[in-house]
Amino acid sequence: MAEPTITLNVTRYRPGQDQVPTMQAYAVPYKEDWVVLDALNHIKDQMDGTLSYRWSCRMGVCGSCGMMVNGTPKLTCAAFLRDYYPGEIRVEPLVNFPIIRDLVIDMSDFLDKLKSVKPWIIRKEEKPVARGEYLQTPAELEAFHQFTQCINCMLCYAACPVYGLEPKFLGPAAIALGYRYNMDSRDQGKEQRAVIGNHDGIWDCTFVGECSVVCPKDVDPAAAIQRSKVDTTKNWFKSMLMPWGER
Amino acid sequence: MLRELSSVFIALFLVVYLVQIYQLTKGPDAYIAFTQKLSSPGWILFHVVVLLFALYHSVTWFQSSAVVLPVRLGDRLVSRQTVTALHIVAWVIISLAVLILFLALKG
Repeated sequence: MAEPTITLNVTRYRPGQDQVPTMQAYAVPYKEDWVVLDALNHIKDQMDGTLSYRWSCRMGVCGSCGMMVNGTPKLTCAAFLRDYYPGEIRVEPLVNFPIIRDLVIDMSDFLDKLKSVKPWIIRKEEKPVARGEYLQTPAELEAFHQFTQCINCMLCYAACPVYGLEPKFLGPAAIALGYRYNMDSRDQGKEQRAVIGNHDGIWDCTFVGECSVVCPKDVDPAAAIQRSKVDTTKNWFKSMLMPWGER
Repeated sequence: MLRELSSVFIALFLVVYLVQIYQLTKGPDAYIAFTQKLSSPGWILFHVVVLLFALYHSVTWFQSSAVVLPVRLGDRLVSRQTVTALHIVAWVIISLAVLILFLALKG
C-alpha cells in the first residue's frame, strides 16, 4: 500500500536566476504528527536541497520559521499537516517583507524599528552593583509580563494591513516591546522612546487587531498599542494643563 | 477584518441618514416622499444589514475596550469578559431609558 502523501506548493525565487517568484509542488509523506516545518525539512533533505528557509528551535520559541501557510502568517513549526490534509498546503514567504530567496525574507526594516524603540532598561542613574538588585513586586511584573513574551517572529507585521500599505509604520512588535520597557518599573527611559508616540508610531494603527490574532505567544500587541495611545494622550493633556509638572 | 467592513456599512447608512435629514429642509412633502422610498424592501434589507453590522461593531468595540483599558480592583485585574459584560449591560440600560423617554414624550 502506498504511503499517503500531501502536496506542498512552495514559493521558489532564485535571485539572479528568476525574474519573479514561482510556485513549486512537492508531494511529501503525510505523517499525523508532522508540522509544515517537518515537511520542509523532508523536502530539503530528501527531495530538493536547493530550497532555502529559516528555522531553528522547531518548538515555537525562537521566532525563525514564520511563513504564510495557506495565506495565514504562521510558525511552520506550529502548523500541523493534519489540519490541512488532504488539501494542498501553500507555503509562501511572510508578506510585507522583501524576498531574499525562496522563503527567506529581508527583516532589516523590522530590526531597525526594533532598535529605534530602545528595547532595554534605561536608567537616569544606574544603581551600583553593591547596592543590590532592582526589586519588583508581582503586581509590577504583571503590568508588562505578557509583552515580554515576544519572540520577534514578525507574524504580526505580515498580518498588519497598515504595515502593508505604509512601510514607515513602526509596527506591532516594535511598539509592544517599547511598551514593555515603558511599563517596566525598573525603566526610566520613556522620553527616549518618543518614536512610539510619533505619526508613524502608534498613530498609524487603526486597531484592526489582526496582529494579536496571529501572535503565537499571546503578546497582544494591539493592546499595547491602544494602551500606549491612552497613555500618550493622557500625558499630553497633563503637560498642556499642568506645564509646571516635572519635566 | 469584519469589524473594518462594518465601518463601511455604517458610513453608508450615515450618508442615507444625512440625505434624509436634508429632505427635512425641503419641506414635509419632500421628507414624506423620501421616507416612503426608504420603505421599499430593498432599503429595508439595507437597513437590516446595517443594523446587524452596527450591533457587531458595538459588541466588538466593548470587547476591545476591555483589552485597551485594564481595570484594576485593588490587587486583581477584572476579567475581560466581566468588563465586556458590564459595557453591554450599561448599553442595554441606557437604550431602554432612551426608548422609555421617547415613548413617554411621544404621548
